[in-house]
Amino acid sequence: MLSRRRVYGILLRHFYLLKHSLSRWIDLLYWPTIDLLLWGFVSLSIQGKEDGFLVYHFLGGLILWNILIRAQQGLAVGFLEDVWARNLLHLFASPLTLLDYLTGLIIFSIFRAFMASFLMGVLAVLIFHFNFFQQGIYFFQYTFGLLIFAWSIGLITIALILYFGQEAEIFAWALALLFLPFSAVFYPVSVLPPLFQKIAYFVPTSYVFEGMRSLLLGNLPTLQSLLKIYVLDLAYIFFSILIFLYFFKTAKVKGKLTKIGE
Amino acid sequence: MEPNLEVINLSKCYQHKWVLKKVSFKVYPSDILGIIGPNGAGKSTLLYLLLDLIEPTSGEVIYFNQPLKKEKSMLLKKVGFASNYVSLPYSLTVEENLRVFAHLYEVSNYSEKIDRLLEVFKLQDKKKFSCRTLSTGEMMRLNLARAFLNDPLVLLLDEPTAGLDPENVRYVADYLKHIAKERGMTIILTSHQLTELERVANKFLLLKEGEVLAYGTDEELFQKFRVSNLEELYFKIFVKG
Repeated sequence: MLSRRRVYGILLRHFYLLKHSLSRWIDLLYWPTIDLLLWGFVSLSIQGKEDGFLVYHFLGGLILWNILIRAQQGLAVGFLEDVWARNLLHLFASPLTLLDYLTGLIIFSIFRAFMASFLMGVLAVLIFHFNFFQQGIYFFQYTFGLLIFAWSIGLITIALILYFGQEAEIFAWALALLFLPFSAVFYPVSVLPPLFQKIAYFVPTSYVFEGMRSLLLGNLPTLQSLLKIYVLDLAYIFFSILIFLYFFKTAKVKGKLTKIGE
Repeated sequence: MEPNLEVINLSKCYQHKWVLKKVSFKVYPSDILGIIGPNGAGKSTLLYLLLDLIEPTSGEVIYFNQPLKKEKSMLLKKVGFASNYVSLPYSLTVEENLRVFAHLYEVSNYSEKIDRLLEVFKLQDKKKFSCRTLSTGEMMRLNLARAFLNDPLVLLLDEPTAGLDPENVRYVADYLKHIAKERGMTIILTSHQLTELERVANKFLLLKEGEVLAYGTDEELFQKFRVSNLEELYFKIFVKG
């Protein structure tokens, strides 16, 4: 049973951490800013004129990719914070349920994704005259598809850390990048080699980024493309929940839950 | 009187190695049970099994006549836990850490409770301090304060006095004894400080390589093994064999 107070407790824990940590603010806001400036000016110089599709295409891809990364890390790094603090056993020795815990992390991941994308969106308007939010509801249709996929990766990352221990924490940064080449963030799927195109067919983010580019050209998302995104998302989230539950149970059977972070 | 906690044939095996074998006991309101044994005896494993942090190979844990497995979240609201081996986020202040756990345990009137517990555990002047600035002893006292936040009926403590100076060891031991009697709280604790443990606990469970060698009240055990104190009992059972 989900408890709003316990979910609030998890959120509070992460907001307190953020309140006291300059390095976490830097991670949240500094890197997205640098990314945006770097890629914005690179694409501007390649394009050779101020307005144009290339800059929008790059910045749109970059902002959406950051949403995915921040949301995925909100879950995975959120879990790691308690591993690093050697606090995990206190949490699971309390009435906190897995549902409470993950809900708290998911809400925090939305906050992280919002902060980073909002800052990038504002900078994109001010510096590159690219109003990402102009896409309105369609932007959210794609963003929500990205968030579900990000949570799937986050859950699998936590599952890997539970199973393999703290050694597996590198997956919190590396696992999402595995999907980057197949996601067609900065290029169309058609430029990929045939094998990669087949893989991209099963990666929801490839439809999100293709759809986003199409949207920037004025084409509204089709029901078919949105269905592809959400059906794949549901499959990923379903399997990631199964994997997470299995690894959590295994960690308890093998006593690994009590050893993480030692 | 109904037991607050009943443990029935609790066993844990890791890849053919038994770390706990058919442990059974009952503890009642106001009981303070000391778990004694050398390193690796299975003391911490037993506490983790009582909190469902480890999956038992067999056996059952029953709090207030209800199986832990079925009503875990509801039952753990009335169980407190503090361990010398588990920490709290260092970046948060003392008060912030307690606030977070007050929400996790759904504690009402938590601000007053936090102030009261900080006073009990002599941390009131550290309320706004980051946990990073606390000494080992202060951190352990904060952990104890956290474990009392939800007014537990069963309190599980893994070496709660490790890292405390002698004055605070005595103070915490006396407080535990007082609170168990006053509130009918059951306390289960592991400790290597046998003198203090003898002062606090009224029952003992002696564990060696996962097996219960003896269980009973201090009087029963001292009589049975013909010793006059806990230290003698420890050496007779675990050292001389």
